[in-house]
Amino acid sequence: MKIQEADAKSLLLAQGLPVPAWAVAHTPAQARAAAERILLAGAGSVVIKAQVLVGGRGKAGGVKLASSTDEAERVARAIIGMDIKGITVRKVLVAAAADIAREYYMSAVVDRAARRILLMGSAEGGVEIEQVAVDHPEAIIRHHADPLLGLLDFQAREFAFAMGLAGHLKAAVAIAKGLVRTMLAYDADLVEINPLAIVRETDAAGAAVERLVCLDAKVTLDDSALPRHPELEALRDPDEEDPADREAREGGLTFIKLDGTIGCMVNGAGLAMTTMDLVKRAGGEPANFLDIGGGARAEKVAEAMRIILADPKVGAILVNIFGGITRGDEVALGLIEARAQQTRDVPMVVRIVGTNAAEAAELLEQAHFATAASLDEAAAKAVAASRGTAA
Amino acid sequence: MSILVGPETRLLVQGITGREGDFHSRSMREYGTLIVAGVTPGKGGQTALDGSVPVFDTVSDAIRETGANTSCIFVPAGGAPDAVMEAATAGIATIFCITEGIPALDMIPAVEMVRRAGARLIGPNCPGATSPGSAKVGIIPGSVHRTGGVGVVSRSGTLTYEAVQAMTDADVGQSTCIGIGGDPIVGTTFLDILELFAADDQTDAIVLIGEIGGVAEEAAAAWAAEHLADIPKVAFIAGRTAPEGKRMGHAGAIISGGAGTAASKVDALEAAGFLVAGSPTELPGLLRDAGYRG
Repeated sequence: MKIQEADAKSLLLAQGLPVPAWAVAHTPAQARAAAERILLAGAGSVVIKAQVLVGGRGKAGGVKLASSTDEAERVARAIIGMDIKGITVRKVLVAAAADIAREYYMSAVVDRAARRILLMGSAEGGVEIEQVAVDHPEAIIRHHADPLLGLLDFQAREFAFAMGLAGHLKAAVAIAKGLVRTMLAYDADLVEINPLAIVRETDAAGAAVERLVCLDAKVTLDDSALPRHPELEALRDPDEEDPADREAREGGLTFIKLDGTIGCMVNGAGLAMTTMDLVKRAGGEPANFLDIGGGARAEKVAEAMRIILADPKVGAILVNIFGGITRGDEVALGLIEARAQQTRDVPMVVRIVGTNAAEAAELLEQAHFATAASLDEAAAKAVAASRGTAA
Repeated sequence: MSILVGPETRLLVQGITGREGDFHSRSMREYGTLIVAGVTPGKGGQTALDGSVPVFDTVSDAIRETGANTSCIFVPAGGAPDAVMEAATAGIATIFCITEGIPALDMIPAVEMVRRAGARLIGPNCPGATSPGSAKVGIIPGSVHRTGGVGVVSRSGTLTYEAVQAMTDADVGQSTCIGIGGDPIVGTTFLDILELFAADDQTDAIVLIGEIGGVAEEAAAAWAAEHLADIPKVAFIAGRTAPEGKRMGHAGAIISGGAGTAASKVDALEAAGFLVAGSPTELPGLLRDAGYRG
């Protein structure tokens, strides 16, 4: 699960990492009030950042500076409601604009190949790390945490020195260890600080000081671990989850809405992806990914059908079930029930093989469903049926 | 011979008294697998499968009393990593973890404990393995198989059944079929399985079924180019139409930062001499095209 920058910063702060203060504003007036507080506290200007769960906010015009309350309100008005990669911006983060001396990159990720937590760092911060990896792979420092003991102090020190942060060693070690601690505390897949920055500040006595701080934060949480962190469920952003995705998730189905016209209902994730691929290969476009899971009963099948049909673009439905734990006749009964309730007439092509396939075939034939023997044939029939509807 | 499971398998089922454990244990035994023990903490001294299999409190007890050498885990996600570590520490050589939905970070210490014990872990979130005509461990329906010389390795469950059924329908039999699991962190990789197949005298051809996410297919392709140059190799990759940044059901099936795409995997496999199918139904034909005569 992706969470917003402001929420990611809250998690880092709770783990003791240095994150400069911020406020979240849902309206231009709120942004103005936040900017006023920050400017009165002595900041020369504020930064206003769109809160969306897609990358490339800066390039899209979603990150702007403002040096007065009027300007802050004007900038917030421009950003709130803006469309960034198909997502409407509904809130902004407001913070004091930092006086940046140098930018770095630091992250902790789950390294699938090494099966360990990987700490990555670079002295080229503030830019996309994927681009650094392509242009200057040698500029990325990599250290693995111990699989049983976590990140040890000496590992964090080696990492900090390799990043060129000797001048801020204590802070850099604390941040590196903090990233791994944050990851373990919340079961995150990724904890990323970009930029991690040395900023110039003025201390209480008016003297200039430099400090290492987290200016941005990105955290993604492991969906498999959410059941043991019920408090993190509140960080799921309802503004950015498709209502159909949410309904499916609450019904125990794995559903991802796509742009096409052919609804897909499949058991098993790999087979569901394959079914989408074969729809595309047959000249159509899949409307969704949907895995009904193993052992699905009739009610779950009917629920899945309701979710697919709720998408007005769907012009045909392809059902592909390879029964192992899942019983073909249960799925057939669910389909028959769903069709009895369905409010619009969408052609359906059904393929059921494996456990109780013969019983399923009999039920489907009595109910006059269009069926297919092979997956390729099913995909071709569904694409043809969708064209018939469109014509 | 086959790999990982066979006539030498003496199976222990962890979680045998649960609904899933009971159902699949019956199916495994029906296929010919020798089930020697079950483990459910607190139910030691009882029996499972209608009185025919003794149940023990611990894996150590089960090994001492029955000589179990392989384990199949049906324990829920909260306890599964612990079950894996218990099996490895007690001395089980081959551990299959079927459980789905284990948090990724829980598997890091579990995989390390397995490595230190010198054991092998398949999964988690995997369907297990079948050596047709001999034994199966896990949940793959026995009916899809036929005995032969093709080694099949996959990250999926039902997609594997689909592919294997297509092969069986075309009279192309299998030496062993293995699902390594759809999670980001799994105990055994594609490459590990290719090494086992390379050393197996019954395996004369390879089918690799991958999907988006990670770079395990690319790593396996590079190894196969060097070490499996002379045998027929065929592959299928699921997820050509998957959008970036979305987890496609399997926790590990996600394209992130432009890495882990189907195109990258197809390119790597083709460069390594694999014929890549556009549909699972094309796999048996491509095996023949690649020279498989089994």
